[in-house]
Amino acid sequence: MPHRKSLASVWRRIPQRYRMESTMCETCGTYFFPPRNFCPTCRRKSKIKHYAAKGTGKVYSYTVIHVPQEGFELEIPYVLAVVELDEGAKLTAQLCDVDLEDLKIGMPVEVTFRRISEGKGGGIIHYAYKFTPISGQNK
Amino acid sequence: MAGIVGYGAYIPRYRIKVEEIAHVWGKDARAISGGLGVKEKSVPSLDEDTITISTQAARNALEYCGIDPQKIGAVYVGSESHPYAVKPSATVVAEAIGATPELMAADYEFACKAGTAAMQTCMAFVDSGMVDYGLAIGTDTSQGRPGDPLEYTTAAGGAAYIIGKKDTVADIEATYSFTTDTPDFWRREGEPYPSHGARFTGEPGYFRHVRGATEGLLEKTGYKFDDFDYVVFHQPNGKFPMRMAKKFGIPKEKIEVGLLTPMIGNTYSGSTPLGLAAVLDVARPGQLILATSFGSGAGGDSFAIKVTDKIHKNPRPVKDYVERRSYLTYGEYIKHRKKIRM
Repeated sequence: MPHRKSLASVWRRIPQRYRMESTMCETCGTYFFPPRNFCPTCRRKSKIKHYAAKGTGKVYSYTVIHVPQEGFELEIPYVLAVVELDEGAKLTAQLCDVDLEDLKIGMPVEVTFRRISEGKGGGIIHYAYKFTPISGQNK
Repeated sequence: MAGIVGYGAYIPRYRIKVEEIAHVWGKDARAISGGLGVKEKSVPSLDEDTITISTQAARNALEYCGIDPQKIGAVYVGSESHPYAVKPSATVVAEAIGATPELMAADYEFACKAGTAAMQTCMAFVDSGMVDYGLAIGTDTSQGRPGDPLEYTTAAGGAAYIIGKKDTVADIEATYSFTTDTPDFWRREGEPYPSHGARFTGEPGYFRHVRGATEGLLEKTGYKFDDFDYVVFHQPNGKFPMRMAKKFGIPKEKIEVGLLTPMIGNTYSGSTPLGLAAVLDVARPGQLILATSFGSGAGGDSFAIKVTDKIHKNPRPVKDYVERRSYLTYGEYIKHRKKIRM
């Protein structure tokens, strides 16, 4: 999730970042994340509908970041994963509250709401989804 | 009568032991841990704050009762660690749970009792018919100056209550508040850490206001201590609520269920709401709960809460959050709490 300076672009993404709202194509049944207003498969036959992801899925792939981008220095090593949502859409997100030795492709995860980054010098705080393993209290 | 329709708790997974902090400052860990009645405290992750903890607690409350978040007409977040000085935590939480835009929202601050103040506001809105459901949250990621006695207890956590009239799992039969101007604990604008009056926080602060609110509630309702099955008092440490209970002649078993401070520290605005949530997790229909919060500055809010036959299993009980833990060293802790100047 790149750090964006424009307040308007952050604000426009609130529905997808806070509530995982996106779109799907009714014609072919494909779920998108982030939202598309056009289905690349069905093209002019696209029937685009709004949906909110349940927020559960599994780790499709992951990588451990040791050399962070600016603003993430305190968090290393942290996990960036491709999560496959139960609806079928895949998205890139940070995994949190996870021990590196427990990481596994296919591990079930669920959405949580966390700080992603913050603007320098008293700037706005960016909040969004991250994913956390489903275990213990999350069962 | 307004009551609790749903509730949810959240406690971050990280902990630091009192022993680890005491070691850094050259203090006697056993004496401090024994004196405070606290073994360890919760620490937020680097990406957690009052807004994220409140959101998770609110989502858990919605999961518990299954109501449509669009039916929530008021969101009040009580905390003394709101991430912004200006810009409400409540708007972010309301947006994240899908309760916007038709609602009233604001942040509250009253040291450790802002969460119960939010509950009272929501009760009044529900009883007056202004809203069908109100969401009241008490959360903190409290701060203690390195080396200060507060550092052993300042913790993070929160609980959310959906207040309404329909299908209540516990009815709030009465509430009573006791408020005075008492300078026992404060934090000035722009200051990173609070200051406190050390022993002055005890009798003139905590005990006077918890006693005042609780006795006022008993007089208002006609209840006696024996009528209550569980008691939750604000828990700045493990000792104060036990001492208060002893003075009132309340047996230990009635207070222990809701006493979380020994394991997670003082979650400030989250303290009484989390203690009450731990009690609701195990309470049976018909049982009566006494809960009294305390906020420095100072005041106490007391509640008489009767559990109804709608109470059901909490899918994310407080106990599971208490037991989920991962320990930090002091060095990792000061990084988590952003106490290092870079």
